[in-house]
Amino acid sequence: MALDKWIAIAFLVICIVYGYAAYNYPLLPFERNMVFLPNTMPMVLSALGAFFALLILLAPSPKADAEGDALGNINLGKWREYKVGQALGLIALMIAYALALRPVGFIAATTLFLVGAGWTRGERKLVIMIGVALVGALCIWYLVQEALGIFLRPLPWFLS
Amino acid sequence: MLEGVLLGLETALSFKNLLLVVAGCLVGTLIGMLPGLGPMSIIAIMIPVAITLGDPSAALILLAGVYYGAIFGGSTSSILINAPGVAGTVATSFDGYPMARQGKAGKALTIAAVSSFTGGTVGAILLMGFAPILSSVALLFHSAEYFAMMIVGLSAIAAFAGTGKVTKALMMTVIGLILATVGESALFNAPRFTMGLTDLQSGFSFITLAMALFALPEALYLVLDPRRAESDGKNEAIKDLRITRAEARAIAPVVARQSVQGFLIGVMPGAGATLASFLGYAVERNIAKGEEQEEFGKGSIKGLAAPETANNAACTGSFVPLLTLGIPGSGTTAILLGALIALNVNPGPRLMIDNPSVFWSVIISMYIGNAVLLILNLPLIPYIARLLTVPRNYLIPFILFFTMVGAYIGQNNATELLLLVGLGVCATILRFADYPLPPLLIGFILGGMMENNFARSVNLTDGIAFMYERPMTLCLLIFGLLLIFVPAYRRRRAKALQKGVALGD
Repeated sequence: MALDKWIAIAFLVICIVYGYAAYNYPLLPFERNMVFLPNTMPMVLSALGAFFALLILLAPSPKADAEGDALGNINLGKWREYKVGQALGLIALMIAYALALRPVGFIAATTLFLVGAGWTRGERKLVIMIGVALVGALCIWYLVQEALGIFLRPLPWFLS
Repeated sequence: MLEGVLLGLETALSFKNLLLVVAGCLVGTLIGMLPGLGPMSIIAIMIPVAITLGDPSAALILLAGVYYGAIFGGSTSSILINAPGVAGTVATSFDGYPMARQGKAGKALTIAAVSSFTGGTVGAILLMGFAPILSSVALLFHSAEYFAMMIVGLSAIAAFAGTGKVTKALMMTVIGLILATVGESALFNAPRFTMGLTDLQSGFSFITLAMALFALPEALYLVLDPRRAESDGKNEAIKDLRITRAEARAIAPVVARQSVQGFLIGVMPGAGATLASFLGYAVERNIAKGEEQEEFGKGSIKGLAAPETANNAACTGSFVPLLTLGIPGSGTTAILLGALIALNVNPGPRLMIDNPSVFWSVIISMYIGNAVLLILNLPLIPYIARLLTVPRNYLIPFILFFTMVGAYIGQNNATELLLLVGLGVCATILRFADYPLPPLLIGFILGGMMENNFARSVNLTDGIAFMYERPMTLCLLIFGLLLIFVPAYRRRRAKALQKGVALGD
């Protein structure tokens, strides 16, 4: 089965769960007698969503379009040729960055992230990469802190 | 109107705003030139900067500059390396790249810049005429009509999604609307569907969603399929930017036609720059005669001028529904709308009355932006083009980093980053399966407004009677339904006909 059908199934499940949650939405006492309730639209939406998901699911799969997109839409048939490992590595790094940003501080976390991402991409000139990353991190920190006036903790927890 | 123009001039010509236009155009060109990064990603990355400016006119001026710059940068990379960064400039590469191969890269860039300039400027003039008229009509709208108008907008976007994608686009719209219901409920603002997480109580952040839907998948794509953004590796010097008088005379009628046609296509919600440029190219190819028609696709100057004019005129045209009705017609204008709402400006018919300076300064800055592109960017292009040689190993980490910083400084909250990564991965998978993403964002942005307007009309009429009792609402709703069903019906009939022919053979 094609990927888009699996996604349609996922949407169908989401819509059913969402519809169930909307149906059981705890109404406030004074809301009960109103015409329009906070869960009116969610219920309509879940029904609509389930309907469209079923439509996609039941529609015949379109033949692979030869026209393609000139932007080179990714062709799932060739996924083995794609660098999935690299992409997963970068995603893992992004999650690590999200978790480390507060405790480790902006500058260290960002530098590590940039160097790590470059390493994952196959960059091996570490000295240049660290230099570029450090300068980039410092510049962005300065811009955000001074020009935009948003506080970002620059240093690790034990230093500030 | 003169009063408005003067007011706009006053705001747009302040030193700070002029600087912002220039900066926006430059940044837009720089990033837009990188293959694989479209205007939506760039604008999404620039939004945090724009919002922290605090001044709605300044923010919109900056973002509009970025938008134009990105489109221009996209044409540059289409012409030079046949790698359109933006769907709207794909048609540009049909004739632009052959020209560059013939050593006429400089000439092609000039034609692109001049046609974009004319398209953008004519578009801005038309916008000045159109918007006030449409606004005065829109002032008659009540919440019922607004609700219906949003339905029309959403179905138009789905209807233009392309063959075989209409159901998917509708599905994505519904998902967008569902995401919009997370946070606080309509009318009474009690927490709703937050799954007990306080971080979700203000709903999904629009910046995070925009980044996750556009910037992150683009970056991940570049990682997954490096060939997608590969250039031929040869960087010839760009010289001879001049065009001859005869060439100028040849493209003048093309530019004139496509400015108007592009603008009108841009005004329709959902159509936008991509459709305008392809249609412009097709129309001009049909109009051209004999030899000229043969030349299309092999480096015709007309074939380059047509899509370039049309896509810029359409960009301007797409501001009409945004500024007058508050309904975005494309993914990009949807992002702009989100930025405006974050700055406490409600685009719509009252915009011209409540915030005339925003309205007029945006229009004036469109002229300035177009002029900046022509005067400043064109001579700089040979230097800017060097950016194309920045190694991807440095570029991609920074793109990922910018999306994350953008999401983080909007909310100052690490949960936001996890949401960004999660949604980004989902969005990438959705793009793999060919689900269009702009409808999701537009649904998300319109969702809250739609529910509030619907709730208000239901409460006013004590039921859904307003849907058939108010003629204007009824007409709009029927129009919205027709938009979806007519193309589907015609396609089915065409398919049936085709089958009939095949059987007859």
